[in-house]
Amino acid sequence: MGNKQTIFTAEQLDAYQDNPFRQRIAEAFSEDGEGNMTLEDFLDMFSVLSEMAPRDLKAYYAFKIYDFNNDDFICKADLEKTVNKLTRSELTEDEVRMVCEKVIDECDLDNDGRLSLEDFQHMIVRAPDFLSTFHIRI
Amino acid sequence: MPPKRKNNTVINLEDVGMEVDAVSDSGSEDEARKRSKNRRTKPQRRAKRVSDDEEDEEDEDEAPRKRGRKKKAKPRDSDEDDEEDDRNVKRKGSKASRKRAAKEESDEESEDDREKKKKGGRAASKKEKEDQNKGRKGNVKKKEGKDKDGEKDKKKKNGKLNSSSSSSSDSDDESLSEGEMEALKEQVEEKKKLITTLRNKPWRMKRRLVLLKEAQEFVERFEGALGKGKGRKLYAYKVMMTKKLIKFKRDFENFKTACIPWERKIKDVESHFGSSVASYFIFLRWMYGLNLILFGLMFGLVMLPELLMGLPYGSIPRKTVPREEQPTAMDFSVLFEFSGYCQYSFLFYGFYNSERMIGVLQFRLPLSYLLVGVGIFGYSLMVVIRTMARNSNEGGDGAEEGEFTFSWKMFTSWDYLIGNPETADNKFASITTSFKESIVDEQENQKDENIHLRRFLRVLANLMILCCLGGSGYLIYFVVKRSQEFANMKTDNLSWFEKNEVEFVMSLLGLVCPPLFETIAELEDYHPRIALKWQLGRIFALFLGNLYTFLFALFDEVNAKLEREKSIKNETEWLLNQYYANYSLHFNTSDVPPPTVDPADVIRGPCWETGVGIEFVKLIVSDMQVTYLTILIGDFLRAVIVRFLNYCWCWDLEAGFPSYGEFDISGNVLGLVFNQGMIWMGAFYAPGLVGLNVLRLLSSMYYQSWAVMSCNVPHERVFKASRSNNFYMGLLLLVLFLSLLPVVYTIMTMPPSFDCGPFSGQEKMYEVVMETIEQDLPAFIGNIFTYATNPGLIMPAVLLMVLALYYLNAVSKGYQQANNDLKRKMQLARDEEKNRRNNKDSTNQVMMDLEDLLPNKSLIPPPVKEEPPPPAVVNEKGSKSPKTKPGAAGKGVNLQKDVSLAAPNPRGPVTRAPGPRGGPPGNARGPQPGRGRGRGRGGPR
Repeated sequence: MGNKQTIFTAEQLDAYQDNPFRQRIAEAFSEDGEGNMTLEDFLDMFSVLSEMAPRDLKAYYAFKIYDFNNDDFICKADLEKTVNKLTRSELTEDEVRMVCEKVIDECDLDNDGRLSLEDFQHMIVRAPDFLSTFHIRI
Repeated sequence: MPPKRKNNTVINLEDVGMEVDAVSDSGSEDEARKRSKNRRTKPQRRAKRVSDDEEDEEDEDEAPRKRGRKKKAKPRDSDEDDEEDDRNVKRKGSKASRKRAAKEESDEESEDDREKKKKGGRAASKKEKEDQNKGRKGNVKKKEGKDKDGEKDKKKKNGKLNSSSSSSSDSDDESLSEGEMEALKEQVEEKKKLITTLRNKPWRMKRRLVLLKEAQEFVERFEGALGKGKGRKLYAYKVMMTKKLIKFKRDFENFKTACIPWERKIKDVESHFGSSVASYFIFLRWMYGLNLILFGLMFGLVMLPELLMGLPYGSIPRKTVPREEQPTAMDFSVLFEFSGYCQYSFLFYGFYNSERMIGVLQFRLPLSYLLVGVGIFGYSLMVVIRTMARNSNEGGDGAEEGEFTFSWKMFTSWDYLIGNPETADNKFASITTSFKESIVDEQENQKDENIHLRRFLRVLANLMILCCLGGSGYLIYFVVKRSQEFANMKTDNLSWFEKNEVEFVMSLLGLVCPPLFETIAELEDYHPRIALKWQLGRIFALFLGNLYTFLFALFDEVNAKLEREKSIKNETEWLLNQYYANYSLHFNTSDVPPPTVDPADVIRGPCWETGVGIEFVKLIVSDMQVTYLTILIGDFLRAVIVRFLNYCWCWDLEAGFPSYGEFDISGNVLGLVFNQGMIWMGAFYAPGLVGLNVLRLLSSMYYQSWAVMSCNVPHERVFKASRSNNFYMGLLLLVLFLSLLPVVYTIMTMPPSFDCGPFSGQEKMYEVVMETIEQDLPAFIGNIFTYATNPGLIMPAVLLMVLALYYLNAVSKGYQQANNDLKRKMQLARDEEKNRRNNKDSTNQVMMDLEDLLPNKSLIPPPVKEEPPPPAVVNEKGSKSPKTKPGAAGKGVNLQKDVSLAAPNPRGPVTRAPGPRGGPPGNARGPQPGRGRGRGRGGPR
């Protein structure tokens, strides 16, 4: 919602095709959870991803995006999916497993082997560049 | 808009509104009260809008307060939210409803329903969120807004009376009291604030739009009435300007980043090859900057003045090619050796004239030459040390001990701003690389090993490498000795091998030793980052031998030249004397004109300074050639062969033997460092050398980054470079010091050539300074100089410096100690916190047993019935944990005790699975002492 531009050029739309989580973003913001967005969902998405959106709101939606199976927890399977998407599956299985274990080890405060929203927020608010990376400029 | 007209319309509207209200909601006490409260301000037509408006107000009220609270008591918020969630679902209503007494429950319900209907389309989570919002607001309201409420209640009562007594309150409108006016203004301000802050509210778009419309309407309507319409434009202007400013700042940042040279290239390399390879390129870039400045000094203060104001080429012997060399002076092979025209050009020491002042500016070129020559060292020293200090401030040897290294990498490393396929590719690569780097670090941490074996192997490896170094050192010494003997013999009866023995041995050592060291280093099994440092140090020691032989040969040559020069000097003097004698004898006069000889024919000395300069330049050039050829053959050709012959070869070339090359960090870094050492040493004798080096660095930046990207593969274990390049810098400093020595030695002791260079005619080079002090500066400065060089003054100064050094060293050690302590404490605190949150059931059986021993065990409720918190227990637990803590023996036990005594986790999976919490912003962050479920967590943090 930042500036005044209301028309997307084809290139701009193309340009956002590289995000590994594009499908997830659409799903997280759409009301039906399948990626079909109404205009309002769409506006919502951009408002959350705008620079001005508060940190906690961003964290909440980031959680939704990374929660692939929509069970309100980021479990190991979600983490593995995330890693593979981020690295284009270039890490070996062992490495992926190790990374996921480390993440759970670092963030999971209640030892249930998965990350709740609370765990996630606890981690993400301390991240130095979360705010600077989790937004889109139009 | 003129306020008057506005007023009129308002009144009209209100009238209408009142009528409608009266018709539709006449029975509703609720509505009436509300209406009266806003009697002047809210010409509502529909009840729905009333509720909405009120909601607005409340939100505005909350906005700043909420933000304030967020910082201090966010966790508490969430706890309260949790606790009151259920209730709040029912109480989901506006402020008005909350202010009302309990008897009006039914009204609330109806309004609630209305609202639900209105916003029925929302997602469930959203609704929950809102609920929580409201719940929180409600709490705040209750606690903080007591006095306000009171006031408003009063108002409300007034309004009630009014509305009930007179349905059409035109008279009231006229008689707006001051207070009401103020309130109105406040409301308008609040609305305005809402309009501006609406964007960063965590609401759904629909709600935002509705609220925005409401607020805009409100402001539109009443701003005129309050005579504040003017301010709006200004405000809009201000907002616009802030936006512009932000944009400008962003653009400026981008511009600054774009100004850093090769940033993109380096990022490219870093994303594919890891930070360790990138660190070499960063070092190269830094070196380029340094050399550019050195070149600026040299060019601006020495070369340019001589070229502009000095005598032109061909005017004096030192600026002319001698007659016997002239036929071949322009040949390429000669120029390539830097003799011929090159030798007698401004590139070398010999070209510069010894005239004290030149040109209209009276530029003291010899003085400038000496000062620049020394100043280059001074400046480099300063820059290197400053960079080292700054780097060490940034700190860290790369192994960052962040709490959430992997999590942050996973969840925040993707930059959602990326909108370019190429950048995206790089980002993918860089994320993969950084994961790999962290994995290597992590593996290193987890490695549990036989420490004794490891130690033994390390000692063994060091011993072997010491043997290697000692052996090669002796070999160099032996060869140099032998070559000196050969030099005394006639060159005819020496074989080719015997002539080039030194070079041969040196390059053989350089070829064999580094891989040997690398192989031996495998024994040590260090982390690759540390292994790189060791490797660098060892090869550095090896190359020192190289340097030593080079300097040795050079000094020999210089001494020989000095001998020759002496004889030539005598010869010319003798010739000159003869000429004078003949001339006076012939013409019988003592007024002898100087001999008229063409400058090309004058007998001249060998000019050892230029010779040294040429040696250095040749060395740099040949070094450059070798480096580039190595890259071309060793990397490019190999890559081509591996890539294309692989189709028709017996084994897999890519995976098997030749494979692709890896980027040799240690070799390249050391090459750069030693190269720079040559530059420092040679710059005094060949001012053009710095310019040459700038070109070399420039080309090698492009060439090497291309070679890396196209023909190398990443290291097998990509490791994170230390964030500070201080090890490289340390090597550079050492080389700087080493190269400072010979130059200063020559300046202080060697006699300059008698017929070339800016110091010709002087006994020693530094006499230029003395001369200037004596002749051009006022006398007292000379005195000061004499005093300052008095040993009696220098000794105490040195002593003072040593003491200061000692003191500062002690201080820095103290800081480091404190730093480490704090780090450990943080780690401890973190572990403790984590343990406290952990459920006690799974891990620490010991704790359960310990707990059984406690006398008041019965008071501690089992985790199952957690919801009703007996406050007494809270206290007891809170007081207990610090008491027991000091008694615990080991650290581990201590921590675990904390777990069981002070922190039964209220959200343990045993008691109940933490349900999906549609957490809104401002949700819990960490458990805090609070009411309800937060109990028992109030242990000392």
